[in-house]
Amino acid sequence: MTQQGVRWTADQVLALAPDAPSRKAGSKLGVAGPWSEAGSSGEGMVWGLCKGSGSKPYQTVVDVADAAGPAYKCSCPSRKFPCKHALGLLLLWAGADGSVPDAQTLPDWAEQWAEGRRKRARTKRETDAAGGAAADPEAARRRAERRAERVTAGAGELEQRLTDLLRGGLASAEQAGYGMWEETAARMVDAQAPGLAARVRELGAIPASGPGWPMRLLEECALLHLLDRGWLRRDLLPAGLAATVRSRVGLPSSADGRPTRDRWLVLAQYDAADSRLTTRRIWLYGTESGHTALLLSYGAAGRAPALSLPVGLALDAELSAYAGDGQLRADLGEQFTAPAPSPVRPKGAGVAEAAARYGDALGRDPWLESWPVTLSRVIPTPDDAGGGWQLADAEDDSAPADPAGAASERLAVPITPKAASGPGLWRLAALSGGAPVTVFGECGHRGFTPLTAWPEGPGEAVALC
Amino acid sequence: MNGPSTADATSAGITATGDPWEELVTVALLGTDRRTPPEHSTGVDAPTALLDAAAVQTVRRRAGLRPAPAAAPPARAAGDPRPPLPAPARRRLAMLLTDRPGSGGGRRGTAPDLMELLPQWLAGANAQGYAAPPDLLPALLDAARGRTDLRPQALTFAGPRALWLARLNPDWKFALRSTPGGGTALPAPGDAADVRRLWEEGLFAERVTLLATVRAHSPAAARELLATTWSAERAEDRLMFLDSLRSGLTDADEPFLEQALSDRSRNVRATAAELLSALPGSALAARMASRAASCVAVDRTQGAATITVEAPHECDAGMERDGVVAKPPTGRGERSWWLGQLVEATPLGGWTARFGGRTPEEIVTLPVADDWQGELHAAWCRAAVRQRDAIWSRALLGAPASPDAGGPGAVSLSERAKLLGALPDGERAAWVAGFIATHGLSEAFQLLGVCAQPWAEPLGRAVVDALNIARDAGSYPWSFSGVMGLAERCLDPAEASRLDGLTATPDEPEDAAPGAGSYWSEAFQRLVSTLRLRQAMRDELRGT
Repeated sequence: MTQQGVRWTADQVLALAPDAPSRKAGSKLGVAGPWSEAGSSGEGMVWGLCKGSGSKPYQTVVDVADAAGPAYKCSCPSRKFPCKHALGLLLLWAGADGSVPDAQTLPDWAEQWAEGRRKRARTKRETDAAGGAAADPEAARRRAERRAERVTAGAGELEQRLTDLLRGGLASAEQAGYGMWEETAARMVDAQAPGLAARVRELGAIPASGPGWPMRLLEECALLHLLDRGWLRRDLLPAGLAATVRSRVGLPSSADGRPTRDRWLVLAQYDAADSRLTTRRIWLYGTESGHTALLLSYGAAGRAPALSLPVGLALDAELSAYAGDGQLRADLGEQFTAPAPSPVRPKGAGVAEAAARYGDALGRDPWLESWPVTLSRVIPTPDDAGGGWQLADAEDDSAPADPAGAASERLAVPITPKAASGPGLWRLAALSGGAPVTVFGECGHRGFTPLTAWPEGPGEAVALC
Repeated sequence: MNGPSTADATSAGITATGDPWEELVTVALLGTDRRTPPEHSTGVDAPTALLDAAAVQTVRRRAGLRPAPAAAPPARAAGDPRPPLPAPARRRLAMLLTDRPGSGGGRRGTAPDLMELLPQWLAGANAQGYAAPPDLLPALLDAARGRTDLRPQALTFAGPRALWLARLNPDWKFALRSTPGGGTALPAPGDAADVRRLWEEGLFAERVTLLATVRAHSPAAARELLATTWSAERAEDRLMFLDSLRSGLTDADEPFLEQALSDRSRNVRATAAELLSALPGSALAARMASRAASCVAVDRTQGAATITVEAPHECDAGMERDGVVAKPPTGRGERSWWLGQLVEATPLGGWTARFGGRTPEEIVTLPVADDWQGELHAAWCRAAVRQRDAIWSRALLGAPASPDAGGPGAVSLSERAKLLGALPDGERAAWVAGFIATHGLSEAFQLLGVCAQPWAEPLGRAVVDALNIARDAGSYPWSFSGVMGLAERCLDPAEASRLDGLTATPDEPEDAAPGAGSYWSEAFQRLVSTLRLRQAMRDELRGT
């Protein structure tokens, strides 16, 4: 588990930046000029002194091997996290041109920080071990019961509103506008059902979403109704589906599955931000088990989520799954190696298989928007009829000619309009150049969202998101 | 997904088929008060029954989605046989491309300006003949879209796949325009029939490109091609086509140009005259020389030889036909205006004979009577630039250390910069170094711009010394930001170590501008780190 020799790529380092200005500022500091006394240790510590405008250089140290993603410390006053100095230092380290030599001993100031972290980690482990028994199970049960009652009341109220809406007709929803849904969502927040609240809020946007909106509104109302009914009759559901309903409604759950150890390849990492919260989704692929798992990490507005695992790295670690059928979410447990570049690619499927897998997954969780799939040998193709783009099966050159003369039909999934209008589409098209590529992404009823691609021949993963 | 089931559902008007989902949508839109949902079982109210049925249909429809038949795949991009970039150079390019103009801003600090280094990086990569990494092409094309100066190098490096991409994305149309033929192959310049067809049927831009290609291959063939349609071309097209003769201009072009002197369009006539005057052996040049000779003479009646000038009294039809513009711009006298044009179009080689065998150096030092020196020298400068005459350029530039080289003398700074263009690289750098050593940096920006890069060692040293002197004089570095920026791009990276001593913040003398010391230290730090970065870029591209 040595860090030596496996340094990250510049893209992987830049993926840590909290925003575009930081990426730019960090890039500029990724040169030997302002740095002195830089070094890295076998345990994944990287440090250096960066000359700023003041007389005293900034002390920057990064722990790239931390289980929860890289940890940073810099004496600069920046409130960005990681700051440009940490990014610059990692870029210099990634450059592997000898500017950050492997060294045995940390300088004192870096050692102090490392020691402090070790101490805190020990204390936390001890309190965790001691804390399990301290909670009062009876009190916890009463709290959970009270909350379930409130959610039940909320679900009942929501059912009432849905039936009222359908009694009067969806056409009235267009006039009623956004306010009606906002108010209903607020009621669901009061009922401590944030999952219901989020779905209700999304209903409000549908009447303004263009042609076909009544159909989409009916779909979403029906799924919301299905969730309400699922909650109200959860006692009758099989345990796995009941757990899925609970997490869809928005009750807290925890990763209590048995830890699975594997060498996890980072397939994709992307952020979605609203005004209060940045949600980071990280898709992992178990290179031995073939399982796919999802890590979620959150950051308050304006701050990057703490966990960052750049695409193309792999780490030997344990994951614990969350309960519920069709749920891929997991938590990162013990990590046995630092993330390091890996040449492994996920096993892929054809276009028909991708659609079938999404269909299967809906049977376990009807509220799924999409399902992670790796498509192999697909060609990004402009869809002249639809005005969009699609991922089309490549001709199988190796297949023997069909004796009956009926050429097997090539199939395609559309790329979602949102993904097709972003810069990632052009990276994908450029990577392909009309030739087949391997693409990982999310396949759902709106189409396919490409997240990462690999060229036909040898070559690194290219992040598209 | 575009499966048959969704296709049915999304297109309205097929309710007649009795699709259960279509019926549900219709009922939902109208409301169950007006329409009863299908499959209404007892014991459940109508809206709930509708929602139940819709939930079943929604999940069924989503789970049953099928992929659609694929559209025809795009043609494959042409292969790029060039070798891929070494990994460190690839990383560097990705980093240079993350630096976009408009992001950030404010004070420049000590960090290099990456966007300014992109042209140099591209030139280096092209010199080594590397292929561009496909996934960086979009960023590269976006950068070239915003900066026309980057385009030639960027498109050379981007290679055939960039043209393939540009045909798919209208934002990058410029790539098709900027590349000869726009990706549609030009006929071989020797293939007379194909050349002829494209010349007669092609779009204007294609024809300009074709003419330039044929011209490079065979000047005579290009001239003949042009002559076939000349009289039928529009005036602005004739002007553009005539301009293509500028490259590889020889005496063989004279008859064609002479004919163009009587063109209907005044602009075409003027361009033809200008081209002819750049041919010292042409009849037009001889006519202009004899006109100029009648205006400029040496007077030996005084003690020292003096140049006397008698400017033309009229602009006759012959002069106008030879391209002399009769009407001066506002504020200039007619006669000096005509004189300037005559001298400018006169072959410089003739003046030695006219002035009794004197060399150009001797001629330009002769006194000129009646304040005509400025007019005369300026016209000689324009002639030296037009005729690319190194000997006259050298004579007109004079010694870099001479006192009037620094100020606005007979020869302006922009004229000096143009004259320097006719000198060999080494001599040019030495002249500018001498100029800076005597006159400092404040006037040097334009002159530095015409020097080859990286700067030759004496020039680099002169610039650094001058910056050091400016710092000691207590001024602020942003008074020299133009030269500083040039130095970052043009100074030889090998100079970096020599500069280390200048990056420290000096103690401020009492009379210095407040804070200037630390700003200078910052500016020098940026210079040094930029030079180091350029050195690294160069090493990475060489794969060392």
